[in-house]
Amino acid sequence: MRIMDVLLPRTLDEALEMKAAAPAAMPIAGGTDVMVELNFDRRRPATILDVSRLPELRTWRKEDGAFFLGAGVTYARIVNDLTMFPALMQASRTVGSPQIRNRGTVGGNLGTASPAGDALPVLAAYDAEVVLARAGGVTRALPWHQFMVGPKKTVIAPDELILGARWKIARGPGSFSKVGTRNAMVIAVASLCLLFDEGGRTVRVALGSVGPTILRAPDAEQFLARVLHDAGAWDNPRVPVPPAAIEEFAGRVAQAGRPIDDVRGTAAYRRHACTVLAQRALTWALSDRKLKETR
Amino acid sequence: MLIRTNVNGEERQADVWPGTSLLSMLRDHLGLVGSKNACEQGECGSCSVWLDGELVCACLVLAAQAGGRDVRTVESLAQGDRLHPVQKAFVDAGAVQCGFCTPGLIVATADLLQHDPTPGEETIREALAGNLCRCTGYQKIIDAVRIAAECRRA
Repeated sequence: MRIMDVLLPRTLDEALEMKAAAPAAMPIAGGTDVMVELNFDRRRPATILDVSRLPELRTWRKEDGAFFLGAGVTYARIVNDLTMFPALMQASRTVGSPQIRNRGTVGGNLGTASPAGDALPVLAAYDAEVVLARAGGVTRALPWHQFMVGPKKTVIAPDELILGARWKIARGPGSFSKVGTRNAMVIAVASLCLLFDEGGRTVRVALGSVGPTILRAPDAEQFLARVLHDAGAWDNPRVPVPPAAIEEFAGRVAQAGRPIDDVRGTAAYRRHACTVLAQRALTWALSDRKLKETR
Repeated sequence: MLIRTNVNGEERQADVWPGTSLLSMLRDHLGLVGSKNACEQGECGSCSVWLDGELVCACLVLAAQAGGRDVRTVESLAQGDRLHPVQKAFVDAGAVQCGFCTPGLIVATADLLQHDPTPGEETIREALAGNLCRCTGYQKIIDAVRIAAECRRA
């Protein structure tokens, strides 16, 4: 048994100093990923850095039209408090179980960078940036797709910690949905976040668990924005969108996936699941827009 | 490393290997074997405890993370020979078969009733979704939660 050391910083500055001095240290927050690795002897880091007590990471705030979500905010707190972001709330509610949601954090999803991380398609649809920090007050922000570059692969430097995610607040309906074998404790077989940005007149779709990392569906997004434009539906949400266009949109979303066969499902099933999720999400969003219009 | 933690209202300390989970500290160092060790990956909920009042899987907490905090385990519920209402409800409903999942389900149920004294079936099922039982098929567990909720009201 190799000797391990646990570092227990109380402030962010202290944590960043420790990370600079011990760049190989493995950060732990809620432990829902890291502890499994330790319990099963899959990893034996020489040093563990506990970031669960850093008040700086457990906050959120509005910043000039944008929103900053600290890496240490748990899914339980998002479900309870962040009602202004329905898609993020929905994704958070599908994470694990009450026990897992009380511990698991958005920073953990980002750090692990699994293509199945439930919060990640939402952050991708938000066009979020990931904010990283190193000792000496140096921070940098990377667009999500430059941060997560492969399955469980990020470009975080060894002396950096994840501070949180930041995104521009967009107006419009949106949702997160996921396919799995149960409602709880399930790793997504496929997941999807769809958002309308009424101000920018764009639609954003992000897919989880159907590629090496989170994927956007730009072709489907542009197709739908054009359909809505041509129908006059951006100005008048009551204008019906033809069912054929909804189907075409869903097909294009599925085409954006790059799924593989694995223990949780086949590539063909995942592609089909994307079609179904896209159709449902769009139907919900269109009906939300109508409801908002008639209210 | 030496961990000092308040467990069930008592200041306790344990000298553990730094990679030790809170579950292992409770069971193997402090002799509190009520929290069960089954999956060690947060899937089964058998090790459910409260950490600073929040329901967590003890297997997913590094013991060092619990240092200086309050841990409450299933052992805190009964007062001597007098069972906690949730424990009594599980006995009365016949919600216990092999019993391995029972401590975790009791803790999760007690946690639920603290937050929602009159949960409906959907709420109960969602609140207990992180606790697996391989014997009962859950129906009697749901019955037990209802009985416990009624007892609390009475």
